[in-house]
Amino acid sequence: MLPQFDYVRPGSLSEAIEHGATDGAILHAGGIDLLGCLRDGVFTADKLVAIAHLAELRGIDETRDGGLRIGALTTLSEIAAHPLIGERYTVLSQGAGSAASPQLRNQGTIAGNLCQRPRCWYFRGDFHCLRKGGSMCYAVAGANQYHCIFGGDRCYIVHPSDTAPALVALDARVRIVGPSGQRVVPLDSFFVPPGQDIRRETILEPGDLVVEVLLPPPGMGLRSVYRKVRARGVWDFALAGAAAALTISDGRVTGGRLVLSGVAPIPWRAAEAERALAGSRLDAETIRRAAQACVADARPMTHNGYKVDLVRGVVEETLRSLA
Amino acid sequence: MSEDSGKRQDSQRGISRRNFLGTMGAGTLGVAVSGRAAPAQGAVAVASDGTQPVTLRINGRRVDLRVEPRWTLLDVLRDHLELVGTKLGCARGECGACTVLVDGQAQYACMTLALEAEGHEITTVEGLMHGEELGAVQQAFVEEDAFQCGYCTPGQVVAAEGLLRGNPNPDLAEIQEGMSGNLCRCGAYDHIFKAVRRAAQLKQLGTG
Repeated sequence: MLPQFDYVRPGSLSEAIEHGATDGAILHAGGIDLLGCLRDGVFTADKLVAIAHLAELRGIDETRDGGLRIGALTTLSEIAAHPLIGERYTVLSQGAGSAASPQLRNQGTIAGNLCQRPRCWYFRGDFHCLRKGGSMCYAVAGANQYHCIFGGDRCYIVHPSDTAPALVALDARVRIVGPSGQRVVPLDSFFVPPGQDIRRETILEPGDLVVEVLLPPPGMGLRSVYRKVRARGVWDFALAGAAAALTISDGRVTGGRLVLSGVAPIPWRAAEAERALAGSRLDAETIRRAAQACVADARPMTHNGYKVDLVRGVVEETLRSLA
Repeated sequence: MSEDSGKRQDSQRGISRRNFLGTMGAGTLGVAVSGRAAPAQGAVAVASDGTQPVTLRINGRRVDLRVEPRWTLLDVLRDHLELVGTKLGCARGECGACTVLVDGQAQYACMTLALEAEGHEITTVEGLMHGEELGAVQQAFVEEDAFQCGYCTPGQVVAAEGLLRGNPNPDLAEIQEGMSGNLCRCGAYDHIFKAVRRAAQLKQLGTG
């Protein structure tokens, strides 16, 4: 049985913001990550603020600039099955379709997928770790085979989302509304690394909620793909993955992004690799250099050195599939 | 929004609840505006130790009952409605034993609050029967011997039903992917995959 909490289903978005800003309140959309955390005692909630009924948070629509608006409550299944997303933003379609299980994709929302808490087994388990206000990270001297090789700073979680790296690769933005109004933020600036604040994973403040994800129009020659390596063939988090969204003109990479999943506390921009790709043909030599550049600043822990080779391999495969 | 709120004393929780009630206003407190199995709309507020009347649509029937905020759809099905075909396995959205259809799509009942099920059409394994006759997926599981201990079977059957409603003629890869949210510790997967193929045939033959 879940622990007790108050439940409120607000009549409007503004009421949801008001309730969400009260002490101890947490938003409930798909509820998957939230109920799991409550059941495991990762944190507690005094009040759940249900938002799944708010129609303005739904829908997938083309925007006037030729991009796409995806309502926060859109399920991962809806995204994975959407023909326009599959055609224009393949990396997102593949990211959403490779997350979790069919049941969870039918229920889990895109905003919830972006805002889910880390899957580190010390954070989820009965350990009062740094991220929960404790004094140490148990992964440093512990079982860290699934932890990060980039961006660790006292805490070594990996970001669990498969849609987040895809959306960062596509230079998506999120519209956030909250007690202080609304703002549109590039997804690149949405996630908070442990070095910046060890107690949170996003910039959301109490009462803030993501209302929609905004995709820019697909540039000429945009080609994108998500490749994910897991310990099982299905229904697992990424050991390592690569989301690539590159614009290719006359066989040369003219722009775009390469973002890694499963290896850093936030979706990890492979900036060195992006530079190695810029202006180059996607031939074997370029791909090898880019994959090598991805891992140049890797800092593996005691049990996750395999992720360095895995990143190199998955990046090579990902880029080859675009060549 | 804060993780440290769990360390509160009971007296502080009481204050928090008063704040909660205060923001709702007396007029909306405890009033469910949602109609019978209409999409849940309008303000609802339930205190953690209170109950709320809900109207659920389960297997085509209307069910009225009062639920606590923390009750899951699985709690309600098994403990209050005697629909015990839906099984409790992991209680954490991993094993699939509690799979039900929500508006025709497979979901985990253990990860769905009963309050959130209002306004949706719920189908459990019991709802796949045609009177006393087995439904197509159930019949196919019998024919293909698609279980050993049988504990995961109701969830497997409902997941297969959800898969086939969205994709009436799946190939093996689509079946494997579509059934990936259901674990079978006996390892009857090969037979389960055959059963889903057989169920697709039975449905196309109109015999289930």
